[in-house]
Amino acid sequence: MEQLYTRDTQAIFWNNNTTAIQRMLDYDYTIQRKTPSVAAIVAPTSNNKFEKFFFGPNEVMIPLFKTTATAKAAQPQADVLLNFASFRTAYDVTMEALEIGGFSSMMITAEGIPERLARGMNQTAREKNVIIIGPATVGAITPGAFKVANIGGTITNIVQSKLHRAGSCGLVTRSGGLFNELSNIISINADGIAEGVAIGGDRFVGSVFIDNLLRMEKNPAVKYMILLGEVGGTEEYKVIEAIKSGTITKPVIAWCIGTIAKYYDSGVQFGHAGASANGEMETADYKNSAMKEVGIHVPTSFNELPAMIKEVFESLKLEDIPEPEMSTVPASRRSKEFICTISDDRGEECTYAGFPISSVATPSTGKGIGDVISLLWFKKQYPLWATDFIETVLKTVADHGPAVSGAHNAKVTARAGKSVVESLVTGLLTIGPRFGGAIDGAAKYFKYANDNNLDPKAFLKYMKGEGVPIPGIGHRIKSLKNPDLRVTGLMNYAAEHFPSTPLLDYAKTVEALTTSKKENLILNVDGTIGILMVDMWRALGYSEEEINDFVDSGTLNAFFIVGRSIGFIGHVLDEKRLAMPMYRHSMDDILYDVPKAEKIK
Amino acid sequence: MAQKAIREYDAKSILAKHWNKYFPDFTYAYETVMVQDGSQLIEAAKTASWLNEKTLVAKPDMLFGKRGKNGLVLFKDAKPGDVSLAKAAQWIGEKSASEQKVFFSFDGDTPTGEPSVDKLTHFVVEPFTPHAQEEEYYVSATCVGENDVIYMSAEGGMEVEEGWDDKVTEVAFPITATEEEIAYKIRTSVPEDVAQKDKAAFAEFCIGFFRAYRELNFAYLEINPFVMQGNKIELLDMVAKLDDTAGFMMVDEWGDVEYPTAFGMEAKSPEVEAVEEADAKTGASLKLTLLKPEARIWTMVAGGGASVVYADTIADMAGIDDLANYGEYSGGPTTGETKFYAETLLDLMTREADSTGRGKVMIIGGAIANFTDVAKTFTGIIQAFEVYAQKMKAVDLKIYVRRGGPNYEKGLKDIKEAADRLGLYIEVYGPETHVTDIVRMALEK
Repeated sequence: MEQLYTRDTQAIFWNNNTTAIQRMLDYDYTIQRKTPSVAAIVAPTSNNKFEKFFFGPNEVMIPLFKTTATAKAAQPQADVLLNFASFRTAYDVTMEALEIGGFSSMMITAEGIPERLARGMNQTAREKNVIIIGPATVGAITPGAFKVANIGGTITNIVQSKLHRAGSCGLVTRSGGLFNELSNIISINADGIAEGVAIGGDRFVGSVFIDNLLRMEKNPAVKYMILLGEVGGTEEYKVIEAIKSGTITKPVIAWCIGTIAKYYDSGVQFGHAGASANGEMETADYKNSAMKEVGIHVPTSFNELPAMIKEVFESLKLEDIPEPEMSTVPASRRSKEFICTISDDRGEECTYAGFPISSVATPSTGKGIGDVISLLWFKKQYPLWATDFIETVLKTVADHGPAVSGAHNAKVTARAGKSVVESLVTGLLTIGPRFGGAIDGAAKYFKYANDNNLDPKAFLKYMKGEGVPIPGIGHRIKSLKNPDLRVTGLMNYAAEHFPSTPLLDYAKTVEALTTSKKENLILNVDGTIGILMVDMWRALGYSEEEINDFVDSGTLNAFFIVGRSIGFIGHVLDEKRLAMPMYRHSMDDILYDVPKAEKIK
Repeated sequence: MAQKAIREYDAKSILAKHWNKYFPDFTYAYETVMVQDGSQLIEAAKTASWLNEKTLVAKPDMLFGKRGKNGLVLFKDAKPGDVSLAKAAQWIGEKSASEQKVFFSFDGDTPTGEPSVDKLTHFVVEPFTPHAQEEEYYVSATCVGENDVIYMSAEGGMEVEEGWDDKVTEVAFPITATEEEIAYKIRTSVPEDVAQKDKAAFAEFCIGFFRAYRELNFAYLEINPFVMQGNKIELLDMVAKLDDTAGFMMVDEWGDVEYPTAFGMEAKSPEVEAVEEADAKTGASLKLTLLKPEARIWTMVAGGGASVVYADTIADMAGIDDLANYGEYSGGPTTGETKFYAETLLDLMTREADSTGRGKVMIIGGAIANFTDVAKTFTGIIQAFEVYAQKMKAVDLKIYVRRGGPNYEKGLKDIKEAADRLGLYIEVYGPETHVTDIVRMALEK
């Protein structure tokens, strides 16, 4: 890898650090990247599905996941992990991501990870050929392509420091604050940087100076390199060796800070955890003179560094870098209160999930209400067998006579003189766990049993433990010998048109057991619908998690609501036409048992 | 600093606590007490009966070695191994009563260099263990470069330092080495001079020792010497450092461990301790070291790297005699945390006027911040100015500010306005000025 990041690089951001992520997206917009540089966020304790961010003047949604594994599975192209976990968990997060694989680099921001863990993590990454940046770092940047989190600071500073487009310097520092400072110095005295890395201040960091300089040596955009080292450690000597052996040939400017440390005994810790000299070789002065000896450009002090950069840069006589076109992030932006992902009325014609209404409405389009539901409820174009199934369900559940509680309520309300909508919702409000809810319950429990490989006996035992009768099993009068023809119809349709029906097959083995106990404990129409819906979604390629989401969010009940509304409206209109009077229940039909209330002292 | 030295007593206590896990084939009596004076030792004897029953050895436990050469190990009264409880208590009483000179380096038995002078405040007392020289061994472990290294020698005691290359066997292990690899390599690397009868046991002890070093997050662990008599082990002398960043995982394993100030080092001032305490509580970073509190130049610099650059520059331009402190604040401290940090510094720097009459200088420096909100942190500094304005004027304090980063324009404007309102001398610069240029400006005045 010659270049740490490209304009297509995308990251998984571990921890929903909205400020840092927004800075990345502001950068993306400024440099006119096509895609946001953050593809997914891992937020273990959040129940949200996404987080909104500005992308220029508009907003985009970045998906949230509870685990790195699910984020990576959903966004496999994102090969950078930005690990913003605390020092307590950063190790586990990195190790898990290394195990999952598919990452080319990982940046770890936490400071003070236990040394032994940091060393193990760095070594494991090295063996897997994954570049670690940090721990205890602000990150890295390939100007004009990708920037990690907060590096470079605000967008104003980024443009001022020319970090919005590639220059010709390769910059490596330990310190994050001085990285920024040097970017600024380089923009003033030269033409900006091509790639920069702050390797981090902890004693044990993943990629060290030499790793980054060797990559930059191979990167044709880098014409010379600047290394800002520190007192402590011996990493600078690896660079010296590489220059001696000719592995590094590009000009290098370097300075080690911490020259003051020589005046004090080792009890005084200057700067980062890694900055403490054990022996003369690790002092800043010694390293500075050793670097100077092999031809590295070493100034006389940090104050002279800008002049040194100017001198080396000008001696290279590089061509001017053209300033690219930039977009300007609006100064004030307002977050949208509502989000709509299903239909859009902003154009010529309103669309359902991208399809103009006219393209699905008339018979000539060949589309039915099942297609409209698949577009507006699921944002997908379902195949014919599935939309036909949806329509079959709606027709099957449209009505079940006046005596069921929902229809009865609608009728009573209509007779009280209320409007169609009032009477309808009264009926609809009856729908729940006991009325119509068996569709939901059947899908949920049968799926649970099937997912957990419970045999029918174990399933019955489990439901007994739950203390609920199995939803979707049992009918008032129907039995195996006297089957419910609606159920037969649905099953026949599925047998003929569904690619497979694993959950229904399972449910039938359960039915065989329950009917052996009692004739009428058959799979009823609610159960059949709920179970076949799950089979439909499975055949359509939804993951089990997505199907669970459908069940949990009440999608199955929604089919019943839409279908049964047809019947309720029929009953309400029937009452209106018949001009039936106000209903009052017969007192004979009520058991009165009202003792006098006790007084509580 | 991640690696922190602990007392010999604590090192022994940690090993003793996990003895059966790492050394199941060996026994260790763990007869050791730590006391601060003679009367504490008499008191300790009421519960630790061995103090009355056995003859004793007493020595200071204050992070320095070469105690024998400094004459600070009590093991004989009339003859070796006859030290009674009363004698030990009396000796500790004498040694703790007045300041003692301690040399850290010797040429043979002759001390070299200047001694450190300080009071002895902590002593360990243990039973005198009669043993033969051949029963003394050496083992230590630490991290060198990327690897962990175990050092083993058949010769314990102070002799080791005098013939390191000949007498010590080193074995290095990568961090990813497995238990099996480590055990195999240690078994096959036992120093030749280890007595034949002890070889197998020596290897097993070293394997357990190295496992304890790794799993208990020691940064350095040395037993010099340990005595091996069959399966009975005595830990005669230990040196240990812990990786304190692992503290959150090692709460139970380490127990109540203390990180004392080394002998001869000035005790931490209450101000430094308060900053350390605040640092431990925040996700940000607050650091303070007092170099020369009566000096005239004080720094309050943001960032671990920038703070070093300022210190370097002051040392280059003014020399270290004028530099009062080193420190840094970073990682986005809150307004309150910054106020506390600024107040601590202002309190220290305004206690006395500069003895040379040049007035005091406060450098509020920093690089261009990545994410720290400059205006927010400066609000904390301004609040501290409001408290200390009178005192600041009394010591003729001049303030030089240089900072960039998020919201820096507002931060600079606010601090300038506040100083002007309070009648304080201030010069304020942004990222257009080279980061350390304010040092030059301050010195030219």
